Amino acid sequence: MFRSLTEPTGRLVTVSLDGRSVELPEGDNLAVALLRAGHGPFRTTPAKAAPRQPYCMMGVCFECLAEIDGVPNRQTCQERVVPGQSIRRQDGARSTGSAAAPAPAARGTP
Amino acid sequence: MTAGTAPQVAADGETVDLAIVGAGPAGMAAAIRAAELGLAVVVFDDQPAPGGQIYRNVAHPPPLPRHVLGPDYHAGAALVARFLASGAEYRPSSVVWHVAEGSLSHTGPDGGGTLAARRILIATGAMERPFPVPGWTLPGVMTAGAAQIMLKASATVVDDAVFAGSGPLLYLVVAQYLRAGIRIRALLDTTPRGARRRALARLGSAWSGRTTLAKGLGLLAEIRRAGVTVHRHVADLAAVGTDRLDAVTWRSGSVRHRLDCATLFLHQGIVPNVNTAMAVGCSHRWDEGQLCWRPTLDAAGRSSVPGVMVAGDGGGIAGAVAAALSGEIAAIAAASDLGRIDGATRDRLLGPLESRRRRDMAVRPFLETLYRPADADRIPSRDETLVCRCEEVDRGTLADIVRRGCPGPNQIKAFSRCGMGPCQGRLCGHTVTELFADLTGRSPDEVGHYRIRMPIKPVTLGDIAGP
Repeated sequence: MFRSLTEPTGRLVTVSLDGRSVELPEGDNLAVALLRAGHGPFRTTPAKAAPRQPYCMMGVCFECLAEIDGVPNRQTCQERVVPGQSIRRQDGARSTGSAAAPAPAARGTP
Repeated sequence: MTAGTAPQVAADGETVDLAIVGAGPAGMAAAIRAAELGLAVVVFDDQPAPGGQIYRNVAHPPPLPRHVLGPDYHAGAALVARFLASGAEYRPSSVVWHVAEGSLSHTGPDGGGTLAARRILIATGAMERPFPVPGWTLPGVMTAGAAQIMLKASATVVDDAVFAGSGPLLYLVVAQYLRAGIRIRALLDTTPRGARRRALARLGSAWSGRTTLAKGLGLLAEIRRAGVTVHRHVADLAAVGTDRLDAVTWRSGSVRHRLDCATLFLHQGIVPNVNTAMAVGCSHRWDEGQLCWRPTLDAAGRSSVPGVMVAGDGGGIAGAVAAALSGEIAAIAAASDLGRIDGATRDRLLGPLESRRRRDMAVRPFLETLYRPADADRIPSRDETLVCRCEEVDRGTLADIVRRGCPGPNQIKAFSRCGMGPCQGRLCGHTVTELFADLTGRSPDEVGHYRIRMPIKPVTLGDIAGP
């Protein structure tokens, strides 16, 4: 079980994890915070639905993918904990005909 | 966001002198030197804070006693401070997904766009060498680098893990865990028998060699003193479990061992993270000493693509000190190529940096020999071992395709989807090249590597369409 050696530096904020409310430290690395919360698997693979968890923690392996605020295939190891964010497990391949993901607010058109 | 009180140099439509991809030691040192020489510099980095992997989070490290991560880590704080005060424009949490001659495209918290740049420096560093063993995709199996990142980023650890593999980073992370008081189940050392004897023959008289050797031996002594169970000459490593890791198995001599564990940290050295340089079209050669692809560069870091340079471990593994020196050298060369300094000034600045780099790199042949991963740990022989993690293509499938006459890595994609997942060949490229070479009797250079295409990282259609 992953655990922190120090008190969380950020204040605890509420996020939604597969529809459940979970408290995580604001600003913490999202993949690490999810591992500490016992979350797993992070996703199942498109090819054979095999369970996967973070492997490299530096953005090269793409094992820690999750849907964040409706946008699929986000690398949780490259993201931070944001109050109110919604994280969902990705199961298997994405089905065609699913609703297009809304553009993330941070990248809104001017 | 700008570093310190730096001016906004990259207004829309403006051309910057030097765009740098990556804010590790090479990227930061290049930015500092280029800014000193009067160049307009922009640095993109995918992390939220500068430092790369080696100095990750070093400006705001977790409140652990300083000896846990050690002096080599904390030494990075000074470089980060100089970088943030350098006047170079710094764009954290930004992904550069396209690089071409004279421009690059990026996305980030402030939106994205395309930036024109007279010179581009790729300083994307290294990644851990793939470690394709049975079960390496199971939840609970991670890299030793990942363990260290969790420690640096969030002071997060896991008890009773097994560490397996070889190389300086593996022993360093184990030592850091021990200094933090974390229980370790075992260290399984895959360094082949006789490696130390072969390496000592290559040590020569390099002073840096002696200090590096002393550091390495110190780490091993520290691990032994802590009473960690160490198994040496470990072969045939496998991770066992159904939905997650239950145990690790291996062979020592003719005896098979099994150890129950919930976490396994793997590591067998690092290789250049070549995806950006390959996507740009920089020519690469296979380095038989380092067992990896590296871009073909001149002494200053100029690649085969005009205006595109590479510095740091992305150009060949040399460590953080040499990376910073190569970043400075590239920045001076860029300033000279752009006509900002004359040849005499360039040579006066380069001389001492080049000799320091030579001295620092004198130890590399020793390290490369000592920590050369065994062939069996790089080139899987068991058919069930997954080579491509993303698309779940195993060694047996690839061997069968090769037997049927598949000519190379690019065709193997079409036959099997190997290398076509989201990681874009990062976690299988080196394995596929070496496996192909092994099965066909050709050299890795003849086999070649996947053709890497843009985008360098997956982005949305909205990102590509632009604002």
